[in-house]
Amino acid sequence: MNLLGKLDWSAIPFDQPIIMGASGGMILGIGAVLSWVLLKGYVPYLWREWITSVDHKRIGVMYIVLALLMLLRGFSDAIMMRTQQAVAAGGAQGYLPPEHYDQIFTAHGTIMIFFVAMPLVIGMMNFAVPLQLGVRDVAFPTLNSVSFWLTASAVLLINVSLVVGEFARTGWMAYPPLSELQFSPGVGVDYYLWSLQISGVGTLLTGINFVTTILKLRAPGMSLMRMPVFCWTALASSLMIVAVFPVLTATFAMLLLDRYLGFHFFSLDAGGNPMMYVNLFWIWGHPEVYILVLPAFGIFSEVSATFSGKPLFGYRSMVAATMAICILSMLVWLHHFFTMGASANVNAFFGVMSMLIGLPTGVKIFNWVFTMYGGRVRFTVPVLWLIGFMVTFVLGGLTGVLLAVPPVDWQVHNSMFLIAHFHHVIIPGVLFGLFAGYTYWFPKAFGFALDERWGKAAFWCWFIGFHLAFMPLYVVGLMGMTRRMQHYDNLAWQPWLLVAGAGAVIILAGIVCQAVQLVVSIRTRDRRRVTGDPWNGRTLEWSTASPPPAWNFAVLPHVSDKDAFWSTKQHAPAARLQPAQARAYKPIEMPSNSPIGFVNAFFAVIFGFALIWHIWWLAVVGALGGFVSILAFAFRRTDEIEIPPEQIAQFDRAHPTEFAA
Amino acid sequence: MRYPALSALLAGVMTLGGCSEGVLDPKGPVAAAERLIMFNSTAIMLAIVIPTMIATLGTAYWFRASNKRARYLPDFEYSGRLELLVWSIPIMTVILVGGVAWVSTYDLDPPKAIASAEKPVRIQVVALDWKWLFIYPDEGIAAVNQLTVPVGTPISFELTSAGVMNSFFVPQLAGQIYTMAGMATRLNLQADHTGTYRGMSANYSGAGFSDMHFNVEAVPAENYAAWVAATRGNGPVLDEQTYSTLAKPSQAVAPFSYRTVAPGLFSGIVRTAMQSGDPLCVTDIASERIER
Amino acid sequence: MNAIASDALRPELPLAVSEAGPAPKRIVVTYGFWVFILSDIVMFAALFATYAVLVHATAGGAAGSQLFNQVSVAVETGCLLLSSYTCGLMSLAINAKRHVATYAAAIATFVLGAAFLGLEIHEFADMIARGATPQSSAFLSAFFTLVGCHGLHVTVGLIWLAVMMAQVAAHDFTAAVTRRLLCFALFWHALDIIWICLFTFVYLMGVRP
Repeated sequence: MNLLGKLDWSAIPFDQPIIMGASGGMILGIGAVLSWVLLKGYVPYLWREWITSVDHKRIGVMYIVLALLMLLRGFSDAIMMRTQQAVAAGGAQGYLPPEHYDQIFTAHGTIMIFFVAMPLVIGMMNFAVPLQLGVRDVAFPTLNSVSFWLTASAVLLINVSLVVGEFARTGWMAYPPLSELQFSPGVGVDYYLWSLQISGVGTLLTGINFVTTILKLRAPGMSLMRMPVFCWTALASSLMIVAVFPVLTATFAMLLLDRYLGFHFFSLDAGGNPMMYVNLFWIWGHPEVYILVLPAFGIFSEVSATFSGKPLFGYRSMVAATMAICILSMLVWLHHFFTMGASANVNAFFGVMSMLIGLPTGVKIFNWVFTMYGGRVRFTVPVLWLIGFMVTFVLGGLTGVLLAVPPVDWQVHNSMFLIAHFHHVIIPGVLFGLFAGYTYWFPKAFGFALDERWGKAAFWCWFIGFHLAFMPLYVVGLMGMTRRMQHYDNLAWQPWLLVAGAGAVIILAGIVCQAVQLVVSIRTRDRRRVTGDPWNGRTLEWSTASPPPAWNFAVLPHVSDKDAFWSTKQHAPAARLQPAQARAYKPIEMPSNSPIGFVNAFFAVIFGFALIWHIWWLAVVGALGGFVSILAFAFRRTDEIEIPPEQIAQFDRAHPTEFAA
Repeated sequence: MRYPALSALLAGVMTLGGCSEGVLDPKGPVAAAERLIMFNSTAIMLAIVIPTMIATLGTAYWFRASNKRARYLPDFEYSGRLELLVWSIPIMTVILVGGVAWVSTYDLDPPKAIASAEKPVRIQVVALDWKWLFIYPDEGIAAVNQLTVPVGTPISFELTSAGVMNSFFVPQLAGQIYTMAGMATRLNLQADHTGTYRGMSANYSGAGFSDMHFNVEAVPAENYAAWVAATRGNGPVLDEQTYSTLAKPSQAVAPFSYRTVAPGLFSGIVRTAMQSGDPLCVTDIASERIER
Repeated sequence: MNAIASDALRPELPLAVSEAGPAPKRIVVTYGFWVFILSDIVMFAALFATYAVLVHATAGGAAGSQLFNQVSVAVETGCLLLSSYTCGLMSLAINAKRHVATYAAAIATFVLGAAFLGLEIHEFADMIARGATPQSSAFLSAFFTLVGCHGLHVTVGLIWLAVMMAQVAAHDFTAAVTRRLLCFALFWHALDIIWICLFTFVYLMGVRP
């Protein structure tokens, strides 16, 4: 028995210069950061304050850092695809052979959905939800840490696949029979499956955590209808995570059984049924996009109300629309494969159901317009993202309703028109929303605001670049160009693809602006210190210091209205903080930090890597290691630390929060 | 067409954008109907979307904080009448477009035969790695990566795959349909104008996918008959042996034809990957979908 | 600061549950665990659906009616249902903080659960020996996975039960240990419910003519 399974030196693609360059760059970058951390002596600080932290605010920040780093990799894939398609016209083959190009588009989709969009959304929910609910942390803080580190393990595995082995070449949906062992004998699909299984566990645990938090842990007086809309969208998103991620887990498990043990769920022989995979995948896949977009809509609701200086219009409608989307999203999955030959009854039903989702979404757009109506709109960076989203997303939604008409879909399914459509809703919807949330909550998280000018520059680059990059794709899609083409012979498509390439470069400029914004903001942070309430906010997170203490609130707020903080500012402006000595501070019990998340993740990486390369003994080591570490955690005697009243009082004295002028 | 101005605009965009030889340049009744639906649906929705975009920009601009003329309505957070409007506009749009979708899904159902005085030409399609095999069972010939059909005659396809999922797609003639191993899907279309139309696979199937395209030659009936006769005259034989050679992976295959085809070959190909004992598996492939 | 009222100024009117503030830890933990069980049921639902689609895809091989041993299944069912009963006894003993009764009921639950597993493994081995391997047809792949997944959950439950008894021995009935035992009981009963669906859908319906 080979001690290293399928692993040997041929796993490293020494003969592919682009991959070796990228791997080298990645390893050098990681090495540089690790060396810097080590040499500066930051390890104890990082271990104590971040790696073993179970504080939702810290975990939220880590999710967002992870996502932004992966955005760089996902976007590199995008630029490579755009440049390849810009040149590989007529007889030209471009610079990326199919073996490489096919991995790139698979990696691009996988990374952007699972390791950029999901962590950004979960990070935002992590940071903001407990603060908005007026409580001290989520329901299961240690589980929260476990979730984050499992996601990080999956990210590590996917990045390892760049250096050791290969990635899947099936497209991000990994349909069988192409993803079965017969047609994908390499380790690529295994990297895909194990990474996503590991991060899927993490995500499911997050869903459970947030459903419980939002339904069982809210400040006194905060009934559900007094909750901020972002919390409602977080609830809907978390309910959907709980409802559909197990389906993905089961589906991938079945494909893994086919690949590892020769089962016949989706194989070509012995009765396997690839159509079953397609159905199961999209039963997860469609709700997934709403899992992503609903919290982004929630952010837009917060931003539109705060920066208009008036309440969100139609709160009840927004809640109803959110929950309607939550349910409807699980009844439309077949629209991803109208072309698979179902009967007209089936196609027609799913077509109409898919259109119905446009209904609550349209309601939300109108309500945001009415929120601004009668307001005093401040054109901060988050508001730019909001307006950019509103005018762009409605067109993307239009193409979505078009795609929901089966005969139209039969003409444009799997074409560049489809690519244009889903980027047309995901980028303005999810990404712009998350960028707005990032700018909106950054001052709360770090105590200083982001540089406005670079933020605006980033917005305009993204807005213009996005349109340049994706509008031409509608055209070539209608001209008959299908997706995932490594080269093409129709020269008439090339000019459009060149424009799209230029658009991608402008988006790159936008990303550079965002990176510069961060660096500049950190460098000049002393000039941009903020109070707890830099935006004249409406919800409870703005009633804490920036950044908030670990315990969030010295005393849990008592809520009597929605927009709890705003109503306090309006109706009880005289209720200032009493002198600290006069307040009765009680000790607060907070969950203690724990290395279990990190340790667990370590063993998860070993387990996943070992299974991918068929190193069975190492897989056993990984599984046992994980089990033993959980045991060790389960037998710990102290799970809470008590924060003494003096410490709380001292913090409050040092950070008297003020209302905005 | 019901929206002359919009159609003119779109036609202009089409020519300007060089959007020929694609979905917007149909050459047959099915594709033409599908394009009409696309235009109609787009027009209905633009009627809502464009005012919404204008309202968004207008509202944001007028109610900007620096505009002292705008009224500040800090308590304007609910209005029953506006709620009614806000819900009913999308509802009506959905009903309208939904109605279009419902009816057209039945009218243009791929297995539905095209009404015609002409007898349909049957073609059996097999997606291979990475080329297309077209079998003409009634004529007893076959061709690879080239599809010749008579103009003005309904073509009735049965489609399958030898391996991974592909999608048979000729944008100017009809919508696409997946080809899957172990089963036969159905598609009906017709070419109303002579010409050469591009066909492709619209579902990624591996390394040779980008070259998996073919040409559809729509020719007058006499030319078609002549082509059939000529094809019967030369070329190799397609039987189980030559088929298994053909099925081996190859890319960018130049078009060629077979002068004769072993009977029942297509059924055999479908059955090889079919699960026996499965009620979904019918003995007579051709009757899998009842034509309306 | 925004606090309108500190804890001392809370009104005396009875509050609705939704306005009473954060729920106590025991409720939060069990609620969260219920949500987890719901997610697990969704996973089983996906496996059930796959089984339903593939149940006739026997690839010319044996179908359920030729393979299932209903007597064995009946005994397995009895063991599992009985183990739920003993688990209930264990929960009562935990509430009353009676150590010996707790251990006794736990051992009984463990033995019955292990018996269930043993019979199931024997059933699987038997089928494999007769050539009905999961690799021979889609139906068998689906069967082994669905029933096997349940069996895997039972195995995890048994390990968990053993660990919990070790925790009782080491830490006594602390709040944390009691909460975990409550979760275990929920888990064990949920597995029972899933088994009822399983043996109805797979075994009983599988031998219908």
